[in-house]
Amino acid sequence: MSLVNQSIVQANSGLKAKKFSALELTEACLREIEGHNSRINAYVTVTKKDALESARQVDKKIASGESIGMLEGIPMAIKDIINVQGIRTTCGSPGLRDFVSPYDATVVSKLKHAGMVLLGKTNCDEFACGSSTEHSCFGPTRNPRDETRVAGGSSGGSAAAVAKNMAFYALGTDTGGSIREPASFCGIPGLKVTYGRVSRFGVTAMASSWDTVGHFARTVEDLAHVLKEIAGHDVYDSTTSQVKVPDYTALLTGSVSGLRIGVPKEYFEGAIDPEVKETVWRAIRQLETMGALVQEISLPMTRYAVALYYILTPAELSANLARFDGIRFGSKPTNEADDLVDYYFKQRAQGFGDEIKRRIMIGTYVLSAGYYDAYYSKAQKVRTKIIQEFDEAFKEVDVICSPVAPMPAFKIGEKTQDPLAMYLADAMTIPINTAGIPALAVPCGETKSGLPIGLQIMGPQFEEGRVLLVGDALEKRIKA
Amino acid sequence: MSLSGDQVRHVAKLARLALSEVEVVKFSKQLSAVLDYMAILNEVDTEGVAPTSQVTGLKNVDRVDEIKFLGCEPNDLLKCSPLPVQDDQIKVKSVF
Repeated sequence: MSLVNQSIVQANSGLKAKKFSALELTEACLREIEGHNSRINAYVTVTKKDALESARQVDKKIASGESIGMLEGIPMAIKDIINVQGIRTTCGSPGLRDFVSPYDATVVSKLKHAGMVLLGKTNCDEFACGSSTEHSCFGPTRNPRDETRVAGGSSGGSAAAVAKNMAFYALGTDTGGSIREPASFCGIPGLKVTYGRVSRFGVTAMASSWDTVGHFARTVEDLAHVLKEIAGHDVYDSTTSQVKVPDYTALLTGSVSGLRIGVPKEYFEGAIDPEVKETVWRAIRQLETMGALVQEISLPMTRYAVALYYILTPAELSANLARFDGIRFGSKPTNEADDLVDYYFKQRAQGFGDEIKRRIMIGTYVLSAGYYDAYYSKAQKVRTKIIQEFDEAFKEVDVICSPVAPMPAFKIGEKTQDPLAMYLADAMTIPINTAGIPALAVPCGETKSGLPIGLQIMGPQFEEGRVLLVGDALEKRIKA
Repeated sequence: MSLSGDQVRHVAKLARLALSEVEVVKFSKQLSAVLDYMAILNEVDTEGVAPTSQVTGLKNVDRVDEIKFLGCEPNDLLKCSPLPVQDDQIKVKSVF
């Protein structure tokens, strides 16, 4: 094992035992970034000087005999849609290339307090809209396992950074699968939390009734350690919950004995890659041999999730992105505007990429007079039915297991000209955001050609501990 | 359902997006395909079903109207503007 491919837990014990310093750990990660980032394109901003300085501070603390926390001195990365004071937050958007955030997001303040060493900001689809990180003004992030393929998206840079040992953990956001899909494509664990479990203050809003902040790491146990630091109520985000944050790591007992696992047949039908289907079922059978009780269930509303998602989230996005008018932040149009409205037209034409323009127009259309009832209101009602279906299912089972995506990582450029094909890549992750429940993506095998496949483990709202327990138990069994 | 070029232009106008003619043709085709796909929602009987806009059951979260945030100053926010600032206000183009 090298310095850079350890887990957080291993790195923490190494730091405490003075086997290596936080500076050495950080320098090792920076060397990986220097060696790979020009090809992988995981980072859009590298904060080398600040990272080295943060590491030195932790080393001073260790040298003076003070105890350190689990995340202290651990090098990490943040998706470039989350504000860090004094560093640019581009959101992968041409209109925000030079926007420097004047304040820290709450998750960032919390992790600074926990002693993070920030290596930089990671690439993502523009305003987190996409499933491949190809809709970024910085170009696509490449999959470390096969560089001709996408890393997934929208948090593709964060996933690739962790998978390629360029960070120990990384923050992302998940509105319809933007953490789980890239985690699955890159072969690492990633957690989508319950809506309102982690503060979104300082995170650029995409679709406000869907967005969540979560993270990637090298092990499920590491995910639990990071979640403990970032979860909880925030006065600056009124959608955060007052539900108590448990000690997630204490819940990782390794035992799934008697746990009821539901396997929804709809997630294994239709256009699913046969190798994905087989590998995910093998993982579920593995959990069964460990004592879990597996039963097939039916979630017939699953097939409507993508359609309702691409009505409701563009509607919310079109409202949220109205603020990007080049007045208070962002760039201004390169050509002179005649008046204020002309300024808006010119700036928004230059400041947004194609996918954002498409979604703003879909959102504007479904909210406009005459179409609101047929699209927006209808979709909100179908959303209720999907929630009810999950509620019923969780009366019978403790967790639900499925593939994360119907296919492994696809080729760069394969879906960029066909927006609908790209949207369907999220068919198995979107229902989870629709209901606001947590779900974990955990690697469970690979295709014959070596592409990673992820298992998705869903739980009821605020039961992150339960999905982490199942993922941790499976991961340890697979690695054993 | 297909979205005509005129409809695309109208929606783009509502959203304050200037589009080229090439974009109008491209988006008309792409958005029509997406809207067609959404028709599957009509298969779902939603008679008497309440719409959902919030998933964790929170309602009317309010607080005292005080600014407690110390993360940055108003001046730091004004510095983010690409436009000139005068008397703590951003100077924009005239409305007409």
